[in-house]
Amino acid sequence: MDRSQFLVGLSVALFCLGLLGVIVRRNALVMLMCMELMVNAVVLSLVTYAARAGSTAGAAYVFLIFVVAAAEIAIAIPIVLLLVRQRRTLDVGAYTGLGG
Amino acid sequence: MTETVLLYLFSAAALAGAVVMLIARHPMRVALGLISTMLALACLYALLGVHVIAVFQVLIYVGAVMVFMVFVIMLLDTRDPSFVARYSRLLLPGALTAAVLAATLAALLARHHGGRLRPPGGADFHLQPFSVAFLRDYWLHFELTSVLLVVVVVAAIAVIRGRGGRDG
Repeated sequence: MDRSQFLVGLSVALFCLGLLGVIVRRNALVMLMCMELMVNAVVLSLVTYAARAGSTAGAAYVFLIFVVAAAEIAIAIPIVLLLVRQRRTLDVGAYTGLGG
Repeated sequence: MTETVLLYLFSAAALAGAVVMLIARHPMRVALGLISTMLALACLYALLGVHVIAVFQVLIYVGAVMVFMVFVIMLLDTRDPSFVARYSRLLLPGALTAAVLAATLAALLARHHGGRLRPPGGADFHLQPFSVAFLRDYWLHFELTSVLLVVVVVAAIAVIRGRGGRDG
């Protein structure tokens, strides 16, 4: 197995672990962190291919992804804090009635 | 040889961090697992020769995003019920979904092995061409990220202040 294939396999494993975490964990913050793990897994495969192709565009794209991920967290955490302020819990099972 | 050993070592560290994230009870331990995974990934990027992305990873992810996350975890109540019971009742379907997805992706990966992606004339990654291209060809994107960050700051303040700015 060559190196790139191994790293893409690692990215698949990390993505699946992150997805599992998002589905099975109850704590809203832990779910957010598992989503970050999924983003990191996808970035790993992008970096693997970009490094293999020697592409500067890939590296610039990774920088943009990092900034967007930081922005996503900066929006998601205030929303979680608001939910905690209203419902007094981080348990996503308690957030019923969020529709509409 | 050393590089191969380091590659396997850091990959194992990244996987171990991800597993800790799944089984740890307290969110702070989950955050530490995520930080170790991100640091291991940064080491993998450095091993691949893309040092600039390794630095981005440490500075932006570990330095900014995760420090923010750790602060928020410290702000919250540790007696929350979700800290005691780790898993929701979706444990079995979630595990099945992840297993099916992992098997599918692994089968795809095994089928497409070894194809060379390097374009004709493609060189190894070097910092100098990247820096020149980044500030000459991608300056607009770089500037747009600052606009995005300003929008995010405004949106975060708007979310926290809520309707009519009651108790912001």
